[in-house]
Amino acid sequence: MTTVEDQSVGMDYLESFPRKFLRVYLPLLLIIFFLLFPFYWMAVATFKPDAEMYDYEKYNPFWIVHPTLEHIKKLFFETDYPLWMWNTVIVSVSSTFISLFASVCAAYAIERLRYTGSRYVGLAIFLGYLVPPSILFIPLAAIVFQLGLFDGNLALILTYPTFLIPFCTWLLMGYFRTIPYELEECALIDGATRLQILIKITLPLSLPGVISAGIFAFTLSWNEFIYALTFISSSENKTIPVGAITELVNGDVYHWGALMAAALTGSVPVVILYSFFVEYYVSAMTGAVKE
Amino acid sequence: MAVIAEPVAAHVKRSSLWTRAFESRNFLGAMFMVPAIAILILFLAYPLALGFWLGMTDTKIGGAGRYIGFANFVSLAKDSVFWLSVFNTIFYTVTASIVKFAIGLYLALLLNEHLPFKSMIRAIVLLPFVVPTVLSAIAFWWIYDSQFSIISWVLIKAGLITRYIDFLGDPWNARLSVVAANIWRGVPFVAITLLAGLQTISPSLYEAANLDGATNMQRFRHITLPMLSPIIAVVMTFSVLMTFTDFQLIYTITRGGPINATHLMATLSFQRAITGGNLGEGAAISNAMIPFLVAAILLSFFGLQRSRWQQGGRD
Repeated sequence: MTTVEDQSVGMDYLESFPRKFLRVYLPLLLIIFFLLFPFYWMAVATFKPDAEMYDYEKYNPFWIVHPTLEHIKKLFFETDYPLWMWNTVIVSVSSTFISLFASVCAAYAIERLRYTGSRYVGLAIFLGYLVPPSILFIPLAAIVFQLGLFDGNLALILTYPTFLIPFCTWLLMGYFRTIPYELEECALIDGATRLQILIKITLPLSLPGVISAGIFAFTLSWNEFIYALTFISSSENKTIPVGAITELVNGDVYHWGALMAAALTGSVPVVILYSFFVEYYVSAMTGAVKE
Repeated sequence: MAVIAEPVAAHVKRSSLWTRAFESRNFLGAMFMVPAIAILILFLAYPLALGFWLGMTDTKIGGAGRYIGFANFVSLAKDSVFWLSVFNTIFYTVTASIVKFAIGLYLALLLNEHLPFKSMIRAIVLLPFVVPTVLSAIAFWWIYDSQFSIISWVLIKAGLITRYIDFLGDPWNARLSVVAANIWRGVPFVAITLLAGLQTISPSLYEAANLDGATNMQRFRHITLPMLSPIIAVVMTFSVLMTFTDFQLIYTITRGGPINATHLMATLSFQRAITGGNLGEGAAISNAMIPFLVAAILLSFFGLQRSRWQQGGRD
C-alpha cells in the first residue's frame, strides 16, 4: 500500500487488464455475488419440487432438475395470497397518493410561501422523519383501536403517511428550492393565484422530484411491516410481508416452497417498478440524505 | 383545494376580508399545511406523547390502565431479559454499522471506477435495499436452516466442517447470523449514497495531488475522506438509526430466540406489548430507546455543523 504509484485518475487506460481485474472487478464480483445470492436462492427454492428441496444427496442443491410451478399454484389457489397482494397494492397506492398530496402542499408552503415560522415547521417535519415506527407502533395501536380502524386497510392507509410525509416533504422542499423565483413572480404579475402557480408552474417543473418521492414512498409502504403486523389480525386483511410469515407457517411445519414463492412473487412488483425508475429512486434516496 | 381559488375570483372587486386573507402568506401557508399537519399531529405527535404516558401506566390490551409512575422502568431495571436486549441492540448496531460502513465505502470506491455497464451494476447493487426486508429475510431464514443450510452444505463438501452448523440454535451463531443479514441489507444504501458523495468530489483535487506525488493511500486519506466526511456523518446516522430500531429482520429470522439471545429492544417491546398484552410495559421499553436515538441525531447534527463551516457554505 505504501509503494508510490504514478496512477492518476484520468489515466485509467494505462492500467493493464489483469491488474485492474484483481483490483476492481474481482472484489466487485464477490460483493455482487454476496448481494444477489439470497435472490437466486429464493428463485431456486420457488421452482424446485419438494423431492429435490429436501434431498441434497441425490440432487445438487444449486440446480433444479425438474422445475415445477406447484409452490406458486399452492400459494395462489390454496392460501389468501391474492387477497394479501390486493391489500398491499391498495394500501401502498392510497398512502402514496395521500402523502404526495399533503407533501406537495406542505413543501410548497414551506419553501415558497415562507409564512412566519416556516423554517421551524420544516425542521420539525425533518425531525418527524427521524422518529422510527418501532417506537410509535404501541401507542398507535391504541389510537387505531380507539378510532375503530383496527383490522382494516384504512388503519394502514392513514398511518403509513406518518413516515412518508416527512420524507416526501423534505425531498420536495429540495426540488422546489431549485425552481427560479422569477417564474413565480411573472405568474403573480399576470394575475395567477398561488394555487394556479403551484399546479401550472411549480409542479410541472418539479415533476422528476414528485416521481422520485412517489416511487420511493410506494416501495417504502410496500415494504412496511411492523404497523401491518400490529394493526391487522384477520388473514384476509393482511399485506404480503405479514401474511407470508404469519399464515404460511403452521406450527412447526414450514412450507418452504410456498414461503419462497411468496417472497419471490411479493418482491417482483417492486423490483419491476424500481427497474423502470432506477434513476428517480436513487435520486430520492441520495437526495434525502444530501440535503 | 378548489375552494381556495373560487372565493378569490368571485370577490376580487370587493377586496373583502377573504381576498386579503388569501393574499396573506400566513393564511395561505396555514391552508396549504392543513393536510400534512393534520396527519402528522394525529398519527405522529400525538402517539409520541401517548407513548410517554403509556410507559408510565399499567395498561393492558382491552383495558384502561392507571398511572403507576416509574414502576415499569424500575421493574425493567431488574429484568435480565431487558438488559440482554439492550446488550443485543448495542452489539447488533455497532458491529453491523461498522461492517456496513467498511464494505459500503469499499463498494462505493469500486463503483466510482470506470466500469462498463456502470448504471446497470449500480441498479443491481441496490436490489437488497429495494426488495421488502421481510421477504428477503425469509430467504435468509432458509439459508440458515439447521438441516438444509446451503452454507453448511458447501462447507462440508469443501471439507472445512464435519457437521451442519446450527446457525439459529446457538446464541452467538444466531447473533452473528442476524448481523450478517442486516449487513447484507444495509450495504447497498451506504454504498450508493456514498457513491453519490464521491461523484461530487472534483477530479482536479486528485490531479493536483498527483502532481505533488501523492500515493493512492494519501489521496484517499487527505482528499476522499475529508471531502466525504459530511455525507458519511449523515449516512451513518441514518444507518445507525435504522439498525438500532430494526424489527423486521429479527422478527422474521429468529423472533428473538434462541432463549432471547437475539431480542432487540424493538422486538422485545413488541413481544411484551402486543403478544403479551402489556401495552404499558412495552411502551416503557420503546421509551428506553429514545435516549439512544437522540444521541444519534445530535451526533449527525454536529457532524453537519462542522462540515458547513469547513466548506464555508451557507449558515
